[in-house]
Amino acid sequence: MGNELSSQEKIAVVAQNFSFRDFALENGERLPLVNIAYETYGKLNADRSNAILIEHAFSGDAHAAFYHAGEARPGWWDKMIGPGKAFDTDRFFVICSNVLGGCAGSTGPSSINPETDKQYALDFPQITIKDMVGAQKKLTEHLGIDRLYSVAGGSMGGMQVLQWLVSYPHAMRSAIPIATTARHSPQQIAFNEVGRQAIMADPNWNGGNYYGQEIPRAGLSVARMVGHITYMSEKSMAEKFGRRQKSDQDTTKFHADFEVEGYLRNRGDFFVRRFDANSYLYISKAMDLFDVSDGRHLSEKFYELEAKLLVLAFKSDWLYPAYQSLDIVSACKVAGVPVSYIEIEANYGHDSFLLETDKQSQLVRHFLSRVDETIN
Amino acid sequence: MELPIQELQTERIDYRIILNLVEPKSRVLDMGCGDGELLYLLNKNLQTRSQGIEIDHDQIMQSVERGINVLLGDLDSGLTDFKDGSFDYVILNNALQELRYPDDVIKDALRVGRRLIVGFPNFAYYKARLQFFFSGRTPVTPSLPFAWYESPNLHLLTVDDFKEYCRKRKYRILSERYVRNQKEISIRPNLLAQWGIFLITR
Repeated sequence: MGNELSSQEKIAVVAQNFSFRDFALENGERLPLVNIAYETYGKLNADRSNAILIEHAFSGDAHAAFYHAGEARPGWWDKMIGPGKAFDTDRFFVICSNVLGGCAGSTGPSSINPETDKQYALDFPQITIKDMVGAQKKLTEHLGIDRLYSVAGGSMGGMQVLQWLVSYPHAMRSAIPIATTARHSPQQIAFNEVGRQAIMADPNWNGGNYYGQEIPRAGLSVARMVGHITYMSEKSMAEKFGRRQKSDQDTTKFHADFEVEGYLRNRGDFFVRRFDANSYLYISKAMDLFDVSDGRHLSEKFYELEAKLLVLAFKSDWLYPAYQSLDIVSACKVAGVPVSYIEIEANYGHDSFLLETDKQSQLVRHFLSRVDETIN
Repeated sequence: MELPIQELQTERIDYRIILNLVEPKSRVLDMGCGDGELLYLLNKNLQTRSQGIEIDHDQIMQSVERGINVLLGDLDSGLTDFKDGSFDYVILNNALQELRYPDDVIKDALRVGRRLIVGFPNFAYYKARLQFFFSGRTPVTPSLPFAWYESPNLHLLTVDDFKEYCRKRKYRILSERYVRNQKEISIRPNLLAQWGIFLITR
């Protein structure tokens, strides 16, 4: 997982903020004030036609690439975004924002409710993927962009890509939904529910009111551990850990004997430090509620599209299996939307879109370089 | 982006014939589009709107590099979901003989496309006949280059076989073109042609 950027200079980036008032949500409620944290990479050209919006996954944030001051590791998709990379910042103006409901700078349940001057906690309305995308639309308008060159993202990022296509079919020239689905399957909902139950079973969760107190560390950590299992493949786990045991001298009962146990506990502990438990509940629920075509055939939503698509799936991804990507492809075929699709050979499971970046880079780079010429 | 004229030309006689059969600005589906060269030539020369289907991952990478819209898919099932009349032309060049269900695929291709361009190696080419007759072995020729144990070909056919098939299925042949040694020929094609390229419709 180490990055090979040590030989290259570290490009600095700073987080930015965009706020707007009175945002109407899909469920009819309103947010009096919304802040969206975002970052940009590269330069917007004179006719504002080179902007690409990157959508982050469930636990991601606006920091998709480059380095914050003093940071040792770059943003989460730095392998894909940068000069000469798949999303080439010498050519494109790349934007990534933290989702509405998140906890990395954008308004979410841990934000202060201006009407009470306290954290929202469970008073925060149930936001949806459509609301997240609606807030991003306001951000792109604020940046003066009518039509994006592309919208791209994996997993929940891919759901947002699909929502963009349906909500604003004329607002992009291309789209790249990766390892994603047009609607969550019962299995996907089930895994999310285990995570939510783990959080809510933690007494520290306290009905969502834990701000300024002890946080539901154990529950959130277990939720993340379950998540992590679903992001990997059996093969990648076998390769990474085997049945190797930890070498520490811990003699307490049910300590982490195996490396895989230690790994999951570490991931859980690490996650708790950066992620808000209520955001976990709200965002995972937004994913479960997501059905981009409202129960209808997705193709019905695609007729108006003026974009071409690159749909990517990964062979070992059992959380968002290829058949879900093929549903998207099928909708394109029915609606006559130009589309490319490939199932990339990769062993990392669902996390492949973050880790297997060789073929993905090549495909995305070539696809983007030809959007101009072959627009239909 | 204007490309130098050389890039728009091709040595391949089958591609030249197909470029000649397709009307400008039409919608084209290439089944088994390989590295995407044919669709690239069609797009550049005739401003077609194209879609490819291909099973080989490396070929797909090359097609994407050329800017071709390409789907990973198996030709025997790749046409599912396309609506009737989605394309002006479906192309099945050097793929018919490798299909498991050629009859079904042709029928479905003429559903999603108004016209079908089929190109295949002619099994009745005289050199293949001579080889078979004199050596008693399955012929191996430039258009049929595989030994029996490594051949992808499942259904070998001749020019006359295909014509008879079209009569039987009531498909109309709009154009028939024949190739031998990279040149077009027209006399006694079932004996002298290495390749046949047909434009057919329902």
